[in-house]
Amino acid sequence: MSAQAPPLQVPQPKRRFGRSGEGTFRERLNGIAFALPALVVLGLFVIYPAYYTVRLAFYKSDYLFSFTDYIGLQNFKDLFQDKDFFDASHFPPDGAFFNNLRWVVVYISLTLILGLTIAVLTVRVRYESIVKSLIFVPMAISATAVGVIWLLVYSPNPDIGTVNAVINAFGGNPVSWLGKPSTVNYAIIIAYVWASTGFAMVVLSAALKGIPTEIIEAARVDGAGEWNIFRRIMLPMLSLPISVVTVWLFINVIKVFDIIYVMTGTTGGPGTSSRVIAFSMYIETFSGHPGRGAAAAVVMLLLMIPVMILNIRRFKSERVIT
Amino acid sequence: MATRAETAVLAQPRTLSERLVRLITRSPVHIALIAIAAVWLVPTVALLVTSIRPRSDVLSSGWWHVFSSHLTLGAYGEVIHTGGMGHAFLNSVYITLPSTVLPLTLGALAAYAFAWTRFPFRDTTFLFIVALMVVPVQTAFVPLLKQFRHFDLIPGHTTFPGWAMNTEFYGIWLAHTAFGLPLAIFLFRNFFITLPKDLIEAARMDGASEFAIFRRVVLPLSVPALASFGIFQFLWVWNDLLMALIFVSNPSKQPMTVKITQLLSTYAQEFHLLAAGGFLLMIVPLAVFFALQRYFVQGLLAGSVKS
Repeated sequence: MSAQAPPLQVPQPKRRFGRSGEGTFRERLNGIAFALPALVVLGLFVIYPAYYTVRLAFYKSDYLFSFTDYIGLQNFKDLFQDKDFFDASHFPPDGAFFNNLRWVVVYISLTLILGLTIAVLTVRVRYESIVKSLIFVPMAISATAVGVIWLLVYSPNPDIGTVNAVINAFGGNPVSWLGKPSTVNYAIIIAYVWASTGFAMVVLSAALKGIPTEIIEAARVDGAGEWNIFRRIMLPMLSLPISVVTVWLFINVIKVFDIIYVMTGTTGGPGTSSRVIAFSMYIETFSGHPGRGAAAAVVMLLLMIPVMILNIRRFKSERVIT
Repeated sequence: MATRAETAVLAQPRTLSERLVRLITRSPVHIALIAIAAVWLVPTVALLVTSIRPRSDVLSSGWWHVFSSHLTLGAYGEVIHTGGMGHAFLNSVYITLPSTVLPLTLGALAAYAFAWTRFPFRDTTFLFIVALMVVPVQTAFVPLLKQFRHFDLIPGHTTFPGWAMNTEFYGIWLAHTAFGLPLAIFLFRNFFITLPKDLIEAARMDGASEFAIFRRVVLPLSVPALASFGIFQFLWVWNDLLMALIFVSNPSKQPMTVKITQLLSTYAQEFHLLAAGGFLLMIVPLAVFFALQRYFVQGLLAGSVKS
């Protein structure tokens, strides 16, 4: 490139983001004073602890949680060789890690499908708001309360448990849904789907109503059937809200703990069959393996990093959903 | 909005026969929706009915025989007094109020700094806070427990030995505050930045201090954002079990969520008591939900980016 004439001085629109270094000394002092209390709290109670935990994952540690016996990656090796955490010896694989993956797949897809179905169906009826608030109410209550509610629903006693009462009425034998390793995970997942569908429904329903009427009417005039309208117009136009809901459900499912703790009587049982990563973290940390517990926390943090990057990207491209 | 979408899906019928045709072609939709509504209603109704039937009835017949029972609120009295849910309710209040007010205050102050003042690394710091929103609390358990036992601001020097934060409420207040702050700062900053620039500049011209602008101009205009976060954080803390399990080790200070997990083992087969306890757990969130539904939905949608 040859030397060029200096570029024309075009007045740049003042950007609000990305030019923070300016300001007089007084301005800076003011800004820092306002931000400081929050930054101190974040530093002391989020950032420093996260650093501590990541470092602890490389130590054997002791009951005082101090940095004793550096052992490199041994905690991670132990964790992934522990059949309770990672058992790929048979299919389908087991252990807390794969169990959490099962949660990711089953919980997210069920919640999305149900939320979308209800959103699409309710637009067509007059009692829309009644059905919607009915489905949304469980969002307000705690996972602990949801656990208590569904403990009763699943009770093996057909006089208490609604599910077994129905089975009984059709002449079947009561099933101990929470007492069998093969059913316990799905039973708890369904309870949690019941609690979360309202969120997916509200977001998707709002987005659905934002689709311009003209597009759908034009398609109908052109002879498109209801299914084609849903498949080729609504679904593509809902892709952004669907991804927002998916991310939220993913965050929710990686840290799932309370409902399992309540519904399995604090054990993650029967045996270890309903444990997830957060459960292993809790058990390992407080049963004399703080290093291994820290390693499990690091696994959770690593799973969150894609979400972190996504959040930052979304924010930077000003497509923040609030 | 609703009418607009409705017309978008199907045109309104005009004559009686059109209406009839619509009713018949849509009956699968109605059946599906009623079935779904029933699935969502039955578990909660079962809990409520179980809690108001006498013990002998609960153990001998299903909850759907509700009308043959002599209903009673006795189970509630028993879990509140003997079961300790009354005391636990107060603990939940003590834990939740400061854990909501603190991040609200600190978050609003910091958000003002990120939105309307300039200082070095402001936006880098803000992006870092956006990243902090999804840090799982699990990464903080061990170090915070250690910190709370001996609060060392300077390593090796116990600064506040008398605080004994794990036996008091300070620990859980600070933990909830810290993990609520990133979302608070994020939401408030995004709201504050939409306020008209002229308004702030005019106040500055008039010689108002930054704090006066924050208090008298920015805060009064930001009530919806503050309310949304406040409700969301309140429910978040009220409904939390895991952090209370970890950070509240003193049994006389445990909140309702922890208390109920203990009742689950002591009252294993006393379903009427468990149901009453479960319903007590839901009362405050339900009241908040029905009283402040609008802000609640906003807060929930806004909170969809939080860990």
